[in-house]
Amino acid sequence: MLPRNVVQYGVFVLIVALLVKPTGVYLERVFSGKRTMLDPVLRRVEQAIYRIAGIRIDAEMDALTYALAVILFGFVGTLLLYLLLRIQRIWPVGPNASTLATPMSPDLALNTSISFSTATTWQAYAGETTMKYVSQAIGLAAQNVLAGATGLAIGIAFIRGFARRKTPTLGNFWVDVTRAVLWVMLPLALVGSVLLVWQGVPMNFSPYTHATSLEGAAQIIPQGPVAGLTFVESLGTNGGGFFNANNAHPYQNPTGLSNLLEMLAVTVVPAALTYTFGRMVGRQRAGWVLFAVMLVLFIAGVAVCDWAERRGNPAVAAMHAIGGNMEGKEVRLGIGGSVLAAAVTSNGATGAYNAMHDSFMPLGVLIPLSNMLLGEMIFGGLGTGLYSIIMVALVGLFLAGLMIGRTPEYLGKKIGPTELKLVMLYTLAYPIVIVFLTALAVRTHAGLAGLTTNAGTHGYIEILYAYTSSAANNGQSMAGLSANSAFYNLTTALAMLVGRFFLAIPALLLAGRLAMQGRRTTTPGTLPSDTATVGAVTIGAAILIGALCFFPFLALGPILEHFSLLRP
Amino acid sequence: MRSTLSMLRVAVCLVFALTLLAGVVFPAVLWGIAQAAFPSRANGSLVVQGGHVIGSRLIGQAFIGAGYFHPRPSAAGTGYDGLASGGSNLGPTNQKLIRNVGEALAAYRAENALPANADVPVDAVTGSGSGLDPEISIDNARLQAPRVARVRGLAPSLVAAMIDAHTENPSLGVFGEPGVNVLMLNLALDSAAPAGLQTRAR
Repeated sequence: MLPRNVVQYGVFVLIVALLVKPTGVYLERVFSGKRTMLDPVLRRVEQAIYRIAGIRIDAEMDALTYALAVILFGFVGTLLLYLLLRIQRIWPVGPNASTLATPMSPDLALNTSISFSTATTWQAYAGETTMKYVSQAIGLAAQNVLAGATGLAIGIAFIRGFARRKTPTLGNFWVDVTRAVLWVMLPLALVGSVLLVWQGVPMNFSPYTHATSLEGAAQIIPQGPVAGLTFVESLGTNGGGFFNANNAHPYQNPTGLSNLLEMLAVTVVPAALTYTFGRMVGRQRAGWVLFAVMLVLFIAGVAVCDWAERRGNPAVAAMHAIGGNMEGKEVRLGIGGSVLAAAVTSNGATGAYNAMHDSFMPLGVLIPLSNMLLGEMIFGGLGTGLYSIIMVALVGLFLAGLMIGRTPEYLGKKIGPTELKLVMLYTLAYPIVIVFLTALAVRTHAGLAGLTTNAGTHGYIEILYAYTSSAANNGQSMAGLSANSAFYNLTTALAMLVGRFFLAIPALLLAGRLAMQGRRTTTPGTLPSDTATVGAVTIGAAILIGALCFFPFLALGPILEHFSLLRP
Repeated sequence: MRSTLSMLRVAVCLVFALTLLAGVVFPAVLWGIAQAAFPSRANGSLVVQGGHVIGSRLIGQAFIGAGYFHPRPSAAGTGYDGLASGGSNLGPTNQKLIRNVGEALAAYRAENALPANADVPVDAVTGSGSGLDPEISIDNARLQAPRVARVRGLAPSLVAAMIDAHTENPSLGVFGEPGVNVLMLNLALDSAAPAGLQTRAR
């Protein structure tokens, strides 16, 4: 019989694979305006919203207008959240002021509002001692939905670039984002959140509970609308938890089943977009190839991380403490549930980890770090994952085309010099911001002041992890880094903005140029777009870009720490 | 410029409308369903005894008396502080982690009368991610059982049966790992042989 954790990984992958097609078909119907079974209820709500906001459903946008709409929507969301956070003390319900120990300073509010509206949800604060319930619900839960829907809309517009011919437009952002909220986010969130309450996640607006234990000790137990945030944080691939410990907290993740639901919430829709992609461009196999690439890299990452964590810390094992690395992990989730979540959340642009990655083994933390450095192309963030993997595929096809002397093209679209410049802008913005900000932090007192828990190699990994996570719009941290300082609040906010907009805008502009092209006819000389070769080229390009940009940084970090662990 | 301004107006209206749906209507509907269908769980799975809340089934608590099962080490505040969830965040090469584990091992072996180099399940000497882990591993519970049985004067077979009764199995057999809920087990011990408080006073 296979060990339980292996069965768990296998069943998870199987469920995702089975849901890809039905979900992908549904998404295609929603964003093409076709009929779905939710129409009777939602059409009326949709019409009302368009009337209030003055949106014309048939007004198509070109790439620049679409990008501008994305920016304005994000800007208004950021501003609203900033205001809600700054005035949160006026709201009546929720924990009283004495338990809210962390002040909502202007730089913390700015960092938090940018963080949530870019779907990063980096959290420089602990929810239970910082946030009022109104901030958690109207502020954070709503932005989890809106920012996730924004990503999904961008992903769909990107697909249209490949699907359309000789068209100057990519769709209407207002319509896409509204449909993403109404047809995708809210229905799934409602079902998923009710299931979480069934598993034990609280959903109330009561004050914190004062308990007296059997031994007479006092314990304050936080309460709140936890279920209202916990599922949407994963669904929107944001990951901003209600509590400091995020999904490690038993109130956010009480059982193995709640853990499964949260992992599926992160993975299924981004994975299904590969099917939507294949369907919309009329080349279903091309979608499956992308899914297969994701699956191979996902399983490879899980295997390494699982091996490292089950092997555990040699220094701890030498003292006869048996059972792998459980520091920072929960008994009910075990190493299996924690490794799965580490792989899912780091790939899925979701900060909702369920174990403390700071206490992972060096090669265990190498996996989530590498997943983020690869650009979260393995399933990836909602909507953003799809364009991440296609960008990598385009780099691969360009290199392959150079080697055999052919014009690179993908799905009948020519990747000319201008298109390639946009791909390269996308590919380079990300390493540049990570590398420069990490270097800045390790060379300044303000940066090094964050290393309050660990130092040396491990401290350096914490800093690299912080900027990688914020640039990747992931939001998970190695929480030993004390990141609520003006230095970290402002620099991580910068990384988040670059990670969101310097990637989304080139992606949209590229899609706009591709939509204007016709579709080239296939000749015997054409590089195929839907074969295993393309898959292999994509994997090769991912590893090549990742290694060229980041290998020295990984060598000085997790790899060095791994070898220092072997020689105490 | 004018078109940018009119787009900004659309963005403002749309953000407000969707925030109303996702931030007000959605939590309100969810709250209604949760309170109607799962009132106890929606309110935190609290455990009430004699009209007083003694804790939550899901939130770990400190137990120090020899007659109780002990939870894992906790990095939440000074230990199981509900307002300070979190892990130690000590890295694998941090000497403080190695020292903490060493001290926890020595204390665990001493209180359970184990030989100096006895194997100990790792969860007994490492902190959880939340610092509020309500469970311990089955092996950990079984190693503590002889001590609890002796202090309470209970038959070891009865304590073993109680451990089994409070073991939570992985969801659907494969998701997660089995664990023993410390608070519920200790509560059951108190009703079987109410010796906890006297032991602590000693």
